[in-house]
Amino acid sequence: MNDWEPKITTFLCNWCSYGAADLAGVSRFQYPPNFRVIRVPCSGRVGPKFILAAFRHGSDGVWVSGCHPGDCHYLEGNYYARRKFALLKGLLEHIGIEPGRLHFSWISSAEATKFVEVAQEVAKEVKALGPAKHFIKKRAEVA
Amino acid sequence: MLEYVEKIRETARKLFEEGKVDVFIGYKKGSVPMMNQPVLISNADQVDLLYWDSNCGLNLCNYLTRRTDRIGIVANGCNSRNIVTHITENQISRDQLYIVGIPCKGMIDHRAVQRAVKQREILSIEEQGDTFTVKGKDFEDTFNKSDYLQRNCSVCTHRNPVIFDEMVAPPVEEQIGVDAYKDVKEIEGMDPDKKWEFFTRIIENCIRCYACRNACPLCYCPTCFVDESKPQWVGKSSDPIDTMTFHILRAYHCAGRCTDCGACERACPVGIPVRQFTKKLNKDAKELFSWEAGLTLDQRPLLDVFRPDDYNDFIR
Repeated sequence: MNDWEPKITTFLCNWCSYGAADLAGVSRFQYPPNFRVIRVPCSGRVGPKFILAAFRHGSDGVWVSGCHPGDCHYLEGNYYARRKFALLKGLLEHIGIEPGRLHFSWISSAEATKFVEVAQEVAKEVKALGPAKHFIKKRAEVA
Repeated sequence: MLEYVEKIRETARKLFEEGKVDVFIGYKKGSVPMMNQPVLISNADQVDLLYWDSNCGLNLCNYLTRRTDRIGIVANGCNSRNIVTHITENQISRDQLYIVGIPCKGMIDHRAVQRAVKQREILSIEEQGDTFTVKGKDFEDTFNKSDYLQRNCSVCTHRNPVIFDEMVAPPVEEQIGVDAYKDVKEIEGMDPDKKWEFFTRIIENCIRCYACRNACPLCYCPTCFVDESKPQWVGKSSDPIDTMTFHILRAYHCAGRCTDCGACERACPVGIPVRQFTKKLNKDAKELFSWEAGLTLDQRPLLDVFRPDDYNDFIR
């Protein structure tokens, strides 16, 4: 199992964290290849449904990143997101999803180094937990 | 409790005669014992249908949404908090309502009583203050009401209505020193695998009838997420993961809004303790944001507002 690599669904906000990922790329920084990035307009756009769907379809981890509080392109989207995520994280961990699987961060578009650091931490934590075993739908989807 | 009945009828009659309401929402005796049902009456002749005892477990606020007429409604502590939630969420306006407040000492857990009489058929129930007597074909038992309260009622700290136009009786004493989240804390102490096992076990009998959703006054969306098909967020099969997704999302939609009225748990036909999901959110809302749903009209709902210095420790 040593060569196992986790799949981490990553929601990056268009204005900050996606820009940070872009900057990390053009700066030729190295970071783990475990992330499947989904660009969203704002971290406030990310709903609990998205996160649950990611886990249900087999993600080993989920990482949501947006602008720093006060820097939201839509002024306050990430403030609402923060309240939502605080309650969602508590509920999911209460139900038995390990604390290291769900991650949140604020990364501005200038913080390519922070992006790389957080990416390394997230990948390491999810990898340490091993493949997700609980909240995965194994049977075929029926419409 | 029984002395409230006359007062409720009298108030309803008065409201109809004075032309203050078009409809009055209350409870009437159910067709089987311990199952009082909601009733909407529209004239003074019907007021004798109204009834109140310790078996009024469903939440009347379900009947308040999308109405334009003037409504009289009976409300105990939790129901009144749901009325406040409805008003702040613009589902009804305060001017439309005449709220008859009822100080409440809790509802009887009909399942616990059924277990206590060894599942024999109960034909009648009678209340005498703090005790009640159930009768069946060849048995008769008297119980203390305090031993057979619904689980949410036994930890209730808002027994008196928070909003009313008139009270049927003086306020009752609030319970103090109850630990509302004892069971949540127990689960929090488990490791993730145990937690998962616990929650998987409690929902294993779920038949996805959505009675918990239908009984819940908070669930008034025109299209529920479970009925959405493009995209379909929740699978419609009885796959355990689909069922778990439903329960997580149902609870999450009640975050910062749930008043722990217990209607969901009472309505569940297979006895799933669905409050275990919502209670965790209630606890977090209280601990992280000092928030309890439906206490005053001048506060916006929890997830409708923010503070720049909100809890941020979980974010890198």
